[in-house]
Amino acid sequence: MNNQGRPTRPVETAAWQTKTFTGNRGLDIEEPLLFEIGRPQTSGVDIDEAPDFADRLGAHARRGRIGLPGLSEPETLRHYVRLSRKNYAIDSGLYPLGSCTMKHNPRLNEKMARLPGFADVHPLQPVSTVQGALALVKHLSHALMTMTGMKAVAMTPKAGAHGELCGMMAIKAALMASGEGARKVVLAPESAHGTNPATAALIGMTVRPVAAGAGGMVSAQAVRAALGPDVAAIMLTNPNTCGLFEREIVEIAEAVHEAGAYFYCDGANFNAIVGKAKPGDLGVDAMHINLHKTFSTPHGGGGPGAGPVVLSERLAAFAPVPYVVEREGKLDLVEHAEGQELGRMSAFHGQMGMFVRALSFILSHGADGLRQASEDAVLAANYVRACLIDLMSAPFGDRPCMHEALFDDSWLKDTGVTTLDFAKAMIDEGYHPMTMYFPLVVHGAMLIEPTESESKASLDLFIMTLRDLAMSVQRGEVERFTGAPRLAPRRRLDETRAARAPVLRWTGAADRT
Amino acid sequence: MRYLPLSTDDRRAMLAKVGVADIDALFADIPETKRLGDLMDMPRAMSELSVERALAKLAAQNVAAGSAPFFLGAGAYRHHVPATVDHLIQRSEFLTSYTPYQPEIAQGTLQVLFEFQTQVALLTGMEVANASMYDGSTASGEAMLMAHRLTRRRKAVLSGGLHPHYAEVCSTLARFAGDEIDRCALDPGAEENLIARIDDETSCVIVQSPDVFGNLRDLTPIAEAAHAKGALLIAVFTEAVSLGACRSPGEMGADIVVGEGQSLGNPLTFGGPYVGLFATRAKFVRQMPGRLAGETVDADGKRGFVLTLSTREQHIRREKATSNICTNSGLCALAFTIHLSLLGEAGLMKLARVNHANGVDLAGRLAKIPGVEVLNQHFFNEFTIRLPKPAAALVEALAQRGIIAGCPVSRLSPGHDDLLIVASTEINTDDDRAAFADALRAAL
Amino acid sequence: MRYSQDHEFIDAAGEVATVGISDHAQAQLGDIVFVDLPEVGAKLKKGEPAAVVESVKAASDVFAPASGEVVAVNAKLGDSPGLVNEDAQGAGWLFKLKLSAPEELDGLMDDAAYADYLKTVG
Repeated sequence: MNNQGRPTRPVETAAWQTKTFTGNRGLDIEEPLLFEIGRPQTSGVDIDEAPDFADRLGAHARRGRIGLPGLSEPETLRHYVRLSRKNYAIDSGLYPLGSCTMKHNPRLNEKMARLPGFADVHPLQPVSTVQGALALVKHLSHALMTMTGMKAVAMTPKAGAHGELCGMMAIKAALMASGEGARKVVLAPESAHGTNPATAALIGMTVRPVAAGAGGMVSAQAVRAALGPDVAAIMLTNPNTCGLFEREIVEIAEAVHEAGAYFYCDGANFNAIVGKAKPGDLGVDAMHINLHKTFSTPHGGGGPGAGPVVLSERLAAFAPVPYVVEREGKLDLVEHAEGQELGRMSAFHGQMGMFVRALSFILSHGADGLRQASEDAVLAANYVRACLIDLMSAPFGDRPCMHEALFDDSWLKDTGVTTLDFAKAMIDEGYHPMTMYFPLVVHGAMLIEPTESESKASLDLFIMTLRDLAMSVQRGEVERFTGAPRLAPRRRLDETRAARAPVLRWTGAADRT
Repeated sequence: MRYLPLSTDDRRAMLAKVGVADIDALFADIPETKRLGDLMDMPRAMSELSVERALAKLAAQNVAAGSAPFFLGAGAYRHHVPATVDHLIQRSEFLTSYTPYQPEIAQGTLQVLFEFQTQVALLTGMEVANASMYDGSTASGEAMLMAHRLTRRRKAVLSGGLHPHYAEVCSTLARFAGDEIDRCALDPGAEENLIARIDDETSCVIVQSPDVFGNLRDLTPIAEAAHAKGALLIAVFTEAVSLGACRSPGEMGADIVVGEGQSLGNPLTFGGPYVGLFATRAKFVRQMPGRLAGETVDADGKRGFVLTLSTREQHIRREKATSNICTNSGLCALAFTIHLSLLGEAGLMKLARVNHANGVDLAGRLAKIPGVEVLNQHFFNEFTIRLPKPAAALVEALAQRGIIAGCPVSRLSPGHDDLLIVASTEINTDDDRAAFADALRAAL
Repeated sequence: MRYSQDHEFIDAAGEVATVGISDHAQAQLGDIVFVDLPEVGAKLKKGEPAAVVESVKAASDVFAPASGEVVAVNAKLGDSPGLVNEDAQGAGWLFKLKLSAPEELDGLMDDAAYADYLKTVG
């Protein structure tokens, strides 16, 4: 007889204090820093010894130690796998970060980017050996121009903000070429992303704010009032950061052009209108496209991104080097900056790894799938909005939005719960919070972008969770919020301490308090 | 469409809840004449298999570096990346997470960034490093702007050994910001007199070592001269592995160190995405661009990490920010950190030594070919040769014979048609180097 | 003690005045984590940005409430920026100005006027 029988049902026990010897809590394992577990003489890579030879480092040879710890291969895997499990991810749940567009990252795209013909190609190989890479750049360029209705595209910018810089440089170059270099004012609404004014400042321009109307949109009238002979460009996000399509965008573009200025569109929210409208038709002169948002090349915990900039006919001649051209049936590169109006944004040819992923995404969707994705993203945001509007408050009333639903904190007034508390309580429920306190023009903003990647069941559970939280606020269960999160790998972190006495690197146990 | 979970019934039910008759009602704010009625002029949705076929066809039109004896560097280097690195960076929790704005559920990314910052600081011999920039070239431009802020001066002196792409990125930024650049002519012999160019207006001197021609430079006298005039030394490198064999820029007096981190953990990928490294002295940290992870404690007193000193950044400081950078190179930084954790100090030094040995061996072989002159005295794994014929044509001829020979200087900047920059990392075998030398001898 | 509409206080004793941010301002900003002070010897005009007070999520310019030359800065704030929170109008002062136009103070609010002003700005 088997005498190894064990209970196979959980035994009811009194609430048990989860204090453990290791500090671990089941699958949530505490992991020290690399510098606390690694050893300088340990290596997880076997390297053949170099033969004896007379070195040619001269006096440049390194003396003394670097201080870098090493780990064996199994230790490395365990260290980083354990760390990874302390992260939330789109693969593990709905990630409603407005403006950031956390949608599904197809693994096909990863596989394609790793084909040796793309991943193992050097940017300075003879062009005869990279015709496929240049063809891919050309295909993607064509797709981006088709979707935006624009005449040219600069592919090298490395991320959205870099694309903004490139587009604004093209505008400044065009102004200088036409003797209008004295124009140094950029109009931008107060709801703009912080990158917009930061970019303008980088090229020696100053920002003149344009007030948004009560409806969360910029009016052509307000733009006209702000325009003048000193204005170089307007920087406008569309759909805007409140999740609304700028209704007067065509009139705004006309007014800007009449005044001799250019229209820069921040394309961070292009994902809402792909296949529904073309920025080129709306009068846009330059717009960056965040490939990592709209076309889902993964965010990777903060990059890499890619920020190609589409340009109108007036700006096409002001693209940076390098760019792909066709000569006698072969593709070639124009690489030298000398004599070019703009110059060069970065070494080499841009984020090729992201180009492959974006093209894979675009091909997979096709014209029909891209339009459906935009529609589903907008529908999902409106569905979330419609299901929450009775409990939470929206700054612009019960009107449709684009791909993100914006709420404010007026419904939290005098409850003792802030936007931050509400967001942190979502963590305990297994959700990443929405974007908080942005856009700045809305008090206690909560910007929810569900994207097209969620099933209806997923959206419904998310909605029910937020409704439960909202009702909990109404019931005055303040502690559920102010103490949250309680169930995450860490509770709220002391950011004041981090900023007052910054510890930005490991310095050894001796220095620690 | 396989990526879109909503069914037609779902959509209908959701539209009913929203209270509109059809989806177009939600796009009503788009001016009617500007709404696209038809599908865009693009192909329809494709199956996974079809997309694979289409992209594999394009990939096949390229010569992969691994399929040929390969000697190209000049800012991007082919190194062996352990399989563990690529496996780990494809973990969902790293690959598909956002910038760690919610630290309670992003400790994985934040701790990695803290480890990355520490590794970069150690490697460069500096006190602090940020959580990465786009790449080495843009990091150089940002370093120049940071020096301008610190010194309140607006002139940068650029060495002729600085990678021409990096110099062009700096020049482009300077031109649009209205700042001054004093750029030395391309200088294969590392003979330029940078010190003579530093004056009271100079904000910074930007010098690369190993330089674009592979020369190792002693930065100490340049640092001293710069400091004597109140200017800063910005040290640049494009081959991170060289730091395992060569003196660190920090040791030589650099104030800001920037470099390309691609060599560790990241494939060539035709030029990007790469990872810019950026390190400086602690006293300059508030003028540093980019994100920073810092240590702190949580409500229970447990150690944890957060993004900190954010008031430097665009989302708070807007037009007064230190940079407009937002997204950086998180996943490439992760690859860098994992590769360097695997190597450790011993592994990195060994790897660097093998690279140097291979470079020295190749230089010896090529120097024996009549008409070929090796220009470098001291170098790491890359050097420059003078050829009796135009380098670009020779490289093309060797490519036809299956050898990727190096980078003609004329590819980077017009002129110097007879110079070829050649690199040999640990991936090259004796046979590869012999094949290259034989082929070059034959082509000459 | 006098106050500006931007919530700076200025406390003149003779021709040298102490400048900082009001207690109300520090409460609005939250935990102060860094203070960027002007250089001693800097000549400021009334209304010019003179210093920056930073919390974790915000950076606020401090404007010179009157014209003058900076003759001292509060070095203790380097290590202890929290002094601004603890004692904004005392130990948490920012810098001292040698006034070049003392009559400018007449245009500023006194305690009572500032208290009324705070009621209007909510």
